Amino acid sequence: MTTIPAAWLQTIPQTVPQGVEYIRILPELVLSAFGILVMVLDPLVDEEKSQKTLGLIAFLGAIAGLGATWYMAQSPGLAFSNMVRVDSFSVFFHFLVIAIAAVVILSSFEYMAVQRIRAGEYYALILLGTVGMALMSSAVELVLIFIALEISSIATYILAGFRRREASSSESSLKYFLLGSFATAFFLYGVAMIFGATGSTNIELISQSLLAQPVPLLVYVAMALMFVGLGFKVAAAPFHVWTPDVYEGAPAPITGFMSTGPKAAAFAVLLRVVFAINAPGRFWLLWVAAAFSMTLGNVGALVQTNVKRLLAYSSIAHAGYILVAFAMTTPENSGAGISAAMFYTAAYAAMNVGAFAVVSHFANAGERYVTLEDYEGLGRTSPILAATFTIFLLSLIGIPMTGGFFAKFYVFSAAMRANLIWLTIIGVVNSAIGAYYYLRIIVVMYMRESRKTVPTTPIPFGLGFALFISLTATLYLGLLPDRLLQDTQQSARELIHVPEPVAPNAAQNRAAESISPH
Amino acid sequence: MNIQNLSPYILSLVTFAPLAGALLLMLLPRRDRDIRIFSLVISLLTFVLSLHLAVHFHRGQSGFQFEVNQQWISTPNIHYHMGIDGISLWLVILTTFLTPLCVLISWTSIHDRVKEFFIILLVLETALIGVFTSLDLFLFYFFWEATLIPMALLIGIFGHERKVYAAVKFFMYTMIASVFMLAAILWLYAHTGSFDFVEIRDRIGRGAVPSFPAAAQWLFLGFFLAFAVKVPLFPFHTWLPDAHVEAPTAGSVLLAGVLLKMGTYGMLRFNLGLFPEQARYNAPWIMILALIGIVYGALVALVQPNMKKLIAYSSISHLGFVVLGIFSFTQAGLNGAMFVMLAHGVSTGALFMLTGVLHERRHTYEISEFGGLAAPMPIYAASFLFIVLASVGLPLLNGFIGEFLVLTGAFQDRAIYGIIGATGIIWSAGYLLWMYQRVFYGKVTHAVNNSLSDISGFEKAAVWPCAAAALVMGVAPILWLAAIDPAVQAALSPIPQALSKLVGQ
Repeated sequence: MTTIPAAWLQTIPQTVPQGVEYIRILPELVLSAFGILVMVLDPLVDEEKSQKTLGLIAFLGAIAGLGATWYMAQSPGLAFSNMVRVDSFSVFFHFLVIAIAAVVILSSFEYMAVQRIRAGEYYALILLGTVGMALMSSAVELVLIFIALEISSIATYILAGFRRREASSSESSLKYFLLGSFATAFFLYGVAMIFGATGSTNIELISQSLLAQPVPLLVYVAMALMFVGLGFKVAAAPFHVWTPDVYEGAPAPITGFMSTGPKAAAFAVLLRVVFAINAPGRFWLLWVAAAFSMTLGNVGALVQTNVKRLLAYSSIAHAGYILVAFAMTTPENSGAGISAAMFYTAAYAAMNVGAFAVVSHFANAGERYVTLEDYEGLGRTSPILAATFTIFLLSLIGIPMTGGFFAKFYVFSAAMRANLIWLTIIGVVNSAIGAYYYLRIIVVMYMRESRKTVPTTPIPFGLGFALFISLTATLYLGLLPDRLLQDTQQSARELIHVPEPVAPNAAQNRAAESISPH
Repeated sequence: MNIQNLSPYILSLVTFAPLAGALLLMLLPRRDRDIRIFSLVISLLTFVLSLHLAVHFHRGQSGFQFEVNQQWISTPNIHYHMGIDGISLWLVILTTFLTPLCVLISWTSIHDRVKEFFIILLVLETALIGVFTSLDLFLFYFFWEATLIPMALLIGIFGHERKVYAAVKFFMYTMIASVFMLAAILWLYAHTGSFDFVEIRDRIGRGAVPSFPAAAQWLFLGFFLAFAVKVPLFPFHTWLPDAHVEAPTAGSVLLAGVLLKMGTYGMLRFNLGLFPEQARYNAPWIMILALIGIVYGALVALVQPNMKKLIAYSSISHLGFVVLGIFSFTQAGLNGAMFVMLAHGVSTGALFMLTGVLHERRHTYEISEFGGLAAPMPIYAASFLFIVLASVGLPLLNGFIGEFLVLTGAFQDRAIYGIIGATGIIWSAGYLLWMYQRVFYGKVTHAVNNSLSDISGFEKAAVWPCAAAALVMGVAPILWLAAIDPAVQAALSPIPQALSKLVGQ
C-alpha cells in the first residue's frame, strides 16, 4: 500500500489504481451511473410519465454528484498515474458544473413538456456531458483533458439539436459540431506540439521543463494552438462567430447550460494551461482576445432583437471580462487573476442560468416568444417573473448588490493591480455600453404596454425552484462574496503552487525528478 | 443618556430604515391607501432618526462623527465604513426631509402601480443616504451606482410621454461617466491596498502612494467626469432637461433636490479631499465651465415655454454656482457652495412640487396654457410666489445667503468670476418672475383654468414645510453654517487638519 506522498513525488509509476483513487473520480462515476440509469429506464417507462420520472432521476443524480464531490473533497491528491488531481480548484469547478446541471435539469421539466420533446437521452446527455466538464477541471494530463473536452462537447453538440422539428436547431447542432470539432483538433494539435517540445503531456512536468531557458519556439506555437481550441469553447473573440447562431437554435435551457457549464470547464482548463504551466508568450494573446471579446460582444448585442441572440452576444462579452483576469504575468498578480476568474465564472453561471430559465419558461411551445417585442408589458402581466429576470439582468450589467457587480469588480481590480490600465479602461467602458442592451429588456418589460397577447402561464414548481436557486446565488454572491472568494483564493494558491520555485515541496519535486527515469 | 448607545448604530439605522421599509412594503397587500400611509410613516421615521444626527452632532469639529468601521470583505480589503461631517450631515437631512414630502405630493398623483412606486422611492432614499454617509470608496461606488436603477425606473415607469427615452438617456450618461470613477478607485486600491477614504487621503498627503504624481491628473479627471455629469456641469448637462420633464413630480424633486448634489458633494469630498493639488491646478477651466453653466442655463431658462424645463435649466444655473464656489478655494466660496446646495434642494424641490400640482390639474407644463391663475387659486399663487422669491435670492430667504457667499468667494479668487457670476442672479430673477407673471397675473385666458381647485391638503403638507425651511434658512443660516464651516476648512487644507487632529487626540 503506497501512501499519498509517494504519489506526490511521482517516483513510483502506479499501475494498479488504489481505492482512494476511485474516490477522486467519484462524482464522475456517480454521474455516469445515473446517466446510464436514465438511458436504461427510458424505454421501460411509458412516454407520458417518462418526462417527470426521468427528469427527477437526473436531478437526483446531480444532487448525488454534489454529495460525491463533497466526499471527494475530503481526500485530495493525485490519482490514476498522476492524470487526475483533486485540489480545491477542481472541487470548486466540480461543484459549479454539477450545480449548473442540476439547475438546468430543474428548469427543463416544464420546457420538455411544453415543447413535447422525448426526455430520455436529453437528461442522460446532460449528466454525461457534466461528467466531461467535471473531468476537465480535475485532469492534469493534456490527453485526458482532451478526452474530457470531447465527452462534454459531443454531449452538447447533440443537446443543441434537440428541437428536432425546428430547422434552426439542426443548424445550430451541425454548426456547433463542425466548428467545434475543428477547434478541438486545434487543441489536440497544440497538445501534440507541446509533447514534441517538452516530452510530456503532464501539466506539472511541462511546467518544470519550461523553467529551463530558452523556451523552444514550438512551445509558443503549441500554446497559441491550444488557445484557439479553448478560445472557441469559451466563445472568445475572434473565435466567437458561431455563438449567436448556435445559442439561438438550441433549446433555451440548453443554451443556458452551454453558456455556463462547458464554458466554466473550458475556463478551468485554460486556467490550468495558462497559470499552472505558466504559458510563455501569452500576455498579448490574452490581452487582445479579452479586448476584442468585450468589444465585439457588446457592440453585437446592441442591435439584437431576439433575446437568445442578445444573451449570446452578451456571453461573448462576459468571456472577454473573464479573459481580462488571465492577462496576468507575475505570480502575485496571477493569484488575484485566477481567483477573480473563478469568482466570475460562478457569478456568471448563477445569473445566466437564471436568465435562460426565464427565457425558456416564457418562450412557450415552439419557442415562439423570444423577441424583445414579446417581453413588452411583462412587468404587469407576470410581475414576479419580470422582477426575477430584472435582477439577473442587473447582475449582468453589474449593478451593486448582485454577484455580477463583484465579479466585474474583482476582475478589474486584479487587472488594475497588475497595472493593465488600458485593458481596465476598455473593460469598464464596455460594461457601461453593455448596460444599454440589458436595460432595453428591462425597459420593454416595465415601461411599455404589451401590444399583442402573449400567454403567461403560472410558474411550475421545478422552474420556480431553479429560479430560486439562481436568484439566491446571485444575491448571495452580491452581498456576502467573502466565503466564495476565500475558496477561490485558496484554489489559486494551490494552482500556482507547483511552479513556484521557493516552495520546498517543489524543490523536492525537482530533486526527485532528476533521479526519476523521465 | 441613550446617545452613547445609539451613536454607533444611528448612521446605519438612518441609511437602511427606508430599505427595510421597502422590503416590508413588498409583503403588504396591494391596498393603495395602506401603502401610502406606510411609506409616509417610514419616511417620517427616517427623518426623525436623522434629526438625531443634527442634534448630537458636535459642531466646531472637523473630523467624521458617528463613525462605524467594520470589515465587510477581507480581500479585497473592503470595509463598511460610514461617518458624516458637517458637509454630509446636512445632505443626509435634506434627503430625509424631502422624501416624506415626495410621498405626500405623490399621494393622489400616483394611482397606478402604487406599490412599486413607493418601494422604488424608499430604495432610492437608502441609496442616496448611503452615498453621503459612506467613507469607503467601494461602499461609495456601491451606493452611487445603486441610485441609478431606482431613479431610471421612476422616470421610465411613472413618467410622461417620452419617459423611456429620458430614462435610458439618464442611465447611460451617468453609467458611462461613473465607470471612469471606478477605474480611478481601482487604481487607488491597487496602489494603496485600501478603499478607505480617510486612509487614502492621509497616505496621498504624506506622499506615500507609489507613482501617484504621474497618475494624479488622470485620477482627478476620472472622479471629476463622473461628478460633472451628475451635477450636471456644462457641457454634460443635456440629459437633465429630458429627465426632469419626463419624470414624475417626486422623481423631479429627488433628482433636483438630492441627486444633483451627489455630484457636487463628490467634488467637494473626493476631488478636493484626495487631489487638492490637481483640484487647484484644474480650477481655472472648471470655474469657466461653471460660469458658462450659470449664464447659459439662465439664458436657456429664459426662453423655455415649458415650466418644468425652465426650472430644470435654472438648476443647471444654480448648480453652476455650487461648482464656482467649490473651486474658488475660499472659505466663503465653499460655505456658500454648501449652502446653495441645501437651499436649492429645498426651493427647487418645492418648485417642482408646485408645477406638479398644476400638471395634476391640467396635464400640461406649457406656460402659455395658463395665465391669471392668481384668481382661481389664491393660496397656490401665494405659495408659489414665496418659493420663487426664495429661489431668486431675496434677502432673508434661503437663496440669498448661499449665492452671496459664493460670489464673495469668487470675487476673492478673481473679480471677473464674481462679476459674471453675479449676472446669473439677475437672470434668475428675470426668468422666474417673468414665468410667475405669465402664469399667475393678468386675466384668465383659458376658460378651463377658471374652475381649477386650489392647492389641496396633501399638497400644502408637501409644499409648506419647504417654505418654512426656506424662511428659517434665510433668517438663521448660522444654524447650518456652524456645522458646515469646520468641515469646509478641513476640505480646504485636508492634510494639516487631519494630522493635527490625530496629534490632538
